[in-house]
Amino acid sequence: MCTYITEPVDLEGSAKGARGWQRIERAHVSFDHPQHAPLDHALEIDLIDGSGARVAVELSAASARALIGAMERSLERGEAETGEGAA
Amino acid sequence: MRYEGMIAETVGLRGHGGVEVASYTARPLGPGPFPGLVVVHHAPGWDDWCKEVTRRFAHRGYAATCPNLYAREGEGDADDIGARVRAAGGVPDDQVMGDLQAATDFLRAQAYSSGTVGVIGFCSGGRHTYLAACTLEGLTAAVDCWGGGVVVDDPSQITPKRPVAPVDLTSKLKVPLLGIFGNEDKNPTPDQVDRTEAALKKAGKDYAFHRYDGAGHAFVWTVRPSYRLDQALDAWGKIDDFLARHLS
Repeated sequence: MCTYITEPVDLEGSAKGARGWQRIERAHVSFDHPQHAPLDHALEIDLIDGSGARVAVELSAASARALIGAMERSLERGEAETGEGAA
Repeated sequence: MRYEGMIAETVGLRGHGGVEVASYTARPLGPGPFPGLVVVHHAPGWDDWCKEVTRRFAHRGYAATCPNLYAREGEGDADDIGARVRAAGGVPDDQVMGDLQAATDFLRAQAYSSGTVGVIGFCSGGRHTYLAACTLEGLTAAVDCWGGGVVVDDPSQITPKRPVAPVDLTSKLKVPLLGIFGNEDKNPTPDQVDRTEAALKKAGKDYAFHRYDGAGHAFVWTVRPSYRLDQALDAWGKIDDFLARHLS
């Protein structure tokens, strides 16, 4: 199925792809046909720089949820240790 | 010795709004006449698989052309361009119809044309095929392969880019239609395929639907895990028979 489900989000940070490090301005998060991962559908994250170039990730739904959990745990521990909070 | 050969190349079409649209075109060598076939690529984009399908039809005697419906997004890897189009919510129906009309007119204008032109589309291209079969001029037959969104249940899916549910145009269908569907597909669901079929039957249209158990969406897409060998081979047979019957 072609869902066209895309959630855009503004970001601040960098990502490294085929062109080296890129400053990331936003991400598009989709759930649709992957291009490479051997899955019928995948959670797709396009990290996009100011020129529109992307660093792309395709994950199974379970992997995406595991990643969300790892990110939240990492943020929680890191913010507790450094005293930095979400801006 | 039987000699086989084809020419496969990119041609430039004057698409919707006068924009140049690249179209991957393949045909047997020789003067023809060859029936024409417009190949409508799937939502992931104008990729290698769609070009392989175009050559497949040339191998079987058709002059086939697959316009890049994402041409306005510029040059680049098909997957990157497809991601951009996905983020933009797809391409507008009127633009796609303009590009497909240009592809149809191109095939009809060639010296090798037999005078018949079919259209076949996959995934979002199946939906575009349904629209084309109801609205374009110069087509002879159409094949919708698992086009999702022909029936629209969620009103939020009616957008400026996709302002009409194609099933609502069924009374305008101009050509025989073949439909190929997997019974495990979620878009279109079997119930939506039932309703499309009911609309075709009610309108007295010339159609044939083939629906496969053990297959979902995109089950002839060879390079993906959705591929189902037995169902795909049967479906290609149905498609080849249908096109030979209507375009030869």
